[in-house]
Amino acid sequence: MQIVSINPFEALLGGILLGISTTVLLLLRGDVAGINGMITGILSWKKREVDWRVSFIIGLMLGLGAYVLFFGTESLNVAPLTNEPMVMLAGLLVGIGATIGNGCTSGHGICGIARFSTRSIVATLTFMGTAALTVYFYY
Amino acid sequence: MKNLIALIAGVIFGFGLAVSKMLEPQKVIGFLDVTGQWDPTLGLVMVGALIVMTIAHQLSKDMRKPLYGEYFRFPTKQKIDAPLIAGAAIFGIGWGIGGFCPGPAITAAPLGNLPLLLGLMAYLLGVMLTMLTKQMLKPTAAA
Repeated sequence: MQIVSINPFEALLGGILLGISTTVLLLLRGDVAGINGMITGILSWKKREVDWRVSFIIGLMLGLGAYVLFFGTESLNVAPLTNEPMVMLAGLLVGIGATIGNGCTSGHGICGIARFSTRSIVATLTFMGTAALTVYFYY
Repeated sequence: MKNLIALIAGVIFGFGLAVSKMLEPQKVIGFLDVTGQWDPTLGLVMVGALIVMTIAHQLSKDMRKPLYGEYFRFPTKQKIDAPLIAGAAIFGIGWGIGGFCPGPAITAAPLGNLPLLLGLMAYLLGVMLTMLTKQMLKPTAAA
């Protein structure tokens, strides 16, 4: 295994920002910031559940806008590494899996592990495992 | 006010994803590629997020209720069941192929990368199909 050189400062700072965001939602509103949970909440069309989740989702895109204002888009390479049919298959599996498993990287990986939830720790180890195996065989 | 809090939290999250390069599938796949050229970025991002969030969760235990809410809405499920394991396993396969998960895919949408937008639409379709299936399988109390 070779380790590629990265900017650890950016990674830690970005991670701390994610933690601050989930902290704001938890301590101010009492909500857990699972992004997939927000999408299922929005798609359930229960009026009371929709507004704050839509606000957060709009916020995500405004956050990207703020980043682009400061740093431009040149430093952002969001292109997937595989062909379009496979990208769509990937999206489909991500949606099905996160909805069956009640959580994604943010819900289980950040909020759940921070609560030392056994379910979230098991889920995170499982998806990290199958993802690493997938990358090993696919790429 | 409550929606404004959610909006601000969203802005911080989206900005954090961009700063940490987690919007980039190559960074995610680089982290998962443990036998190749390993990119530790995602691990450091999680360490940063977990340090802050673990402290926040401890603080929440000493609070009767959230500052602007009635109660803390923690998930109540405790059991490790088949849907949890199967769902996480399927999620991981998709995440490994595409290198994106829901948060980054939504955040990066305005950049207009067509393949990523197709992935995002497929993701939403996957969520909807699963919700519908769950709904149909659920034993109806008042049929």
